Amino acid sequence: MQVLYGRHHVRVFRFGFRLVRDEQVAEDLISEVFLDVWRQAGKFEGRSAVSTWLLAITRFKALSALRRRKDVELDDEAANAIEDTSDDPEVAAQKKDTGVALRKCLTALSPEHREIVDLVYYHEKSVEEVAEIVGIPENTVKTRLFYARKKLAELLKAAGVERGWP
Amino acid sequence: MMATSKKILEQEPSEIEMLLPWHAAGTLNARDVRRVEEALARDPELARQYAAIREEYAETIGLNESLGAPSARAMQKLFAAIDGEPVRKPSAMRNIAAGISGFFARLSPRTLAWSAGLGALALLVQAGVIGLVLVKNQNASFQTASLSVNEPITRDLTPAAPPRAFVRFAPEARVADITALLDSYQASIVDGAKDGMFRLQFKPMSKDETAGLMRKLQKEKIVSLAVAAQ
Repeated sequence: MQVLYGRHHVRVFRFGFRLVRDEQVAEDLISEVFLDVWRQAGKFEGRSAVSTWLLAITRFKALSALRRRKDVELDDEAANAIEDTSDDPEVAAQKKDTGVALRKCLTALSPEHREIVDLVYYHEKSVEEVAEIVGIPENTVKTRLFYARKKLAELLKAAGVERGWP
Repeated sequence: MMATSKKILEQEPSEIEMLLPWHAAGTLNARDVRRVEEALARDPELARQYAAIREEYAETIGLNESLGAPSARAMQKLFAAIDGEPVRKPSAMRNIAAGISGFFARLSPRTLAWSAGLGALALLVQAGVIGLVLVKNQNASFQTASLSVNEPITRDLTPAAPPRAFVRFAPEARVADITALLDSYQASIVDGAKDGMFRLQFKPMSKDETAGLMRKLQKEKIVSLAVAAQ
């Protein structure tokens, strides 16, 4: 268990953190995830990578935690309302720092879009693996990421950042 | 050559457009990699979109990496919780059974049928070899390790010869009937079937018992002929 924890806990934490947006809750989440893994180790069938299995459990736990926290709304407004001491997208754009603006906009995406962007870009999951983690058809995975990227482009455009697409 | 990338505000994205993020992350299969690269080479608009994706990819990684790592508290909490869990006894037998059933579950029905056939054949061959060895060793004698100058001291350990009989079964006799008969007489087939005759061997018994057994055997419905044999 220590080896498994050592190998995966940071990515599990970051995936959970991006979903629940609360460091404390994310830390509680990883304890719950790995405890579940310890309890259900016999049920792991080896059909998918361990990391895929872990991320699927993390997602389930994160969504449960969000449902428990009545004060957190799962929409863009709430995401934007979370206090952040760094520059907002407009200011970042004024600094001509596309990178900073991009990060701000990535944070401002809806949880549904955030998770798919993270799974594909950061956790390097294939279409099939994302479908397994999120529990949606593979074609929906592709279209959801496309529209997540489109939303990202809209946010960037609103912040004054033009990238030539769309 | 702007066919691959479509005006997304008006139309659905193309398959290639949707695969671009996975190409950037290096998680596409070889066939799709080739398709995407061919499309990128011929479509500048798609290539522009791909450049934007590369930026998103890099910034997503940067953003996630900036989130840091959980504190040691999370690990302490986890292992304290594990310590508090009831002790589980791993069942070795269950693991072995699961392994065996998993192995057979992975075999195709055809393979399974062939394996079962080969297994049955192996059992028959084994039974034949054992029977042959027993028949050959029936006249075996035992010699002591001590040496006599004049004549060897030997002791014949051959048991009293068990009674045998030549038996011809009725044509309508089924294998199940024959097996049941062999069981009821505690008999075994030691030779056959030459000209439809089987040589059966019975458990050791007296001459009177042997005579009674032969009479009984001759009356069996599935036996058309039974004669004593050596």
